[in-house]
Amino acid sequence: MSSASKASRLGEEIWKTRIEKVNAELVVLTYGTIVAQICKDFESDYAEVNKQLDRMGYNIGLRLIEDYLAKSNTMRRCSNFRETAEMIAKVGFKIFLNVTPTITNWTGDNKQFSLVFDENPLADFVELPDDGRAQDQLWFSNILCGVLRGALEMVQMQVETHFISDVLRGHDTTEMRVTLVRYIDDELPPEDD
Amino acid sequence: MSYYFAIIGTQDNPLFEYEFGTSKQGGDGMARFTEQARQLNQFIIHSSLDIVEEVQWTNGQMYLKLVDRFFTSYISCFLTASNIKFLLLHQPPSSSSSSALPHPSSSASSSTPSLVSSSHHPPSSTSVIPSLSTLTGGSNSSTSTLTGGTSRTSTSIAANPTSPQTEEAIRNFFAEVYENYVKAIMSPFYRTNMEIRSPVFRARVAAAGRKYL
Repeated sequence: MSSASKASRLGEEIWKTRIEKVNAELVVLTYGTIVAQICKDFESDYAEVNKQLDRMGYNIGLRLIEDYLAKSNTMRRCSNFRETAEMIAKVGFKIFLNVTPTITNWTGDNKQFSLVFDENPLADFVELPDDGRAQDQLWFSNILCGVLRGALEMVQMQVETHFISDVLRGHDTTEMRVTLVRYIDDELPPEDD
Repeated sequence: MSYYFAIIGTQDNPLFEYEFGTSKQGGDGMARFTEQARQLNQFIIHSSLDIVEEVQWTNGQMYLKLVDRFFTSYISCFLTASNIKFLLLHQPPSSSSSSALPHPSSSASSSTPSLVSSSHHPPSSTSVIPSLSTLTGGSNSSTSTLTGGTSRTSTSIAANPTSPQTEEAIRNFFAEVYENYVKAIMSPFYRTNMEIRSPVFRARVAAAGRKYL
């Protein structure tokens, strides 16, 4: 538990001192517009929209990890996946979105956990289109899955991420499931013979 | 008191409508419009748009107060910055037509309703007036309490559609609806002049109606 409180203190401190803030509504409206536009572009093929959001997030994550490491100044490897989860929730989400999702529902092998978002800054004001399908198919904040996947891949962790519930759909909570697939071994570049 | 609230878009297209009754002084919050009045309400609201367009340039306020009157129906208006109109039609419960309330606004407003009943409603222009009088003559028991003029009823917003208290109550109602309207249109999936179908918004309008009217 000490590592958890350390992480939350670290996140708090970085958020207060080293982060430039932008207006939350600017972020909300920009992201909302992007999602709405993608929905329009893909003619409300929500499975495809989810995929596009995930891919955008993935590309963000690949680079965002650099920013995270620079700001958090923790050039130390997490010793296990549980610690990684703490750092994601209490430092990563804290400094970039100023939220700290709750980490729950660990599986026995410590390879799977859930992030439960009490508040989701991306989803303020949002109401899903009432076309009868969006409620069942669209994961509005799916970009976060991609960000996490991209960022962790850059630090040698292959993970699988997806949302399993969302308050926008009328569920009680917003919950993202994160599964560690494997640690990626450093691969030597192919030798030229 | 029965209320009919409508939001009108920039193309004079309806975006939202909601009917409710007063919840003050033991009201059950149900609208008491007859079937005919219900259809007529839409015409009345629509005809008052002309007057709104006149009045909106006379002052810089968003709340235009009472803009129009058609027999016992009074129309208050609130104009948003993007030229969306909130219109509230309110109708006192009893025969206030017999007590002949003074006309609230200028002669310009009285000409338009009569214009509507003749142009939009040629066949039913005769039937409109009986239907309204049966509506207003329906509850004689409350008429006596109104004419009794106790201090409570004389200040109640139901009895006095033109009183400052009513004006203030409607102002509060509009302010709350406006706040929720802004939240509703901030949804990225909402486009300008689209019908507002959000059940959350509807519930909040209902709550505002219960709270103030």
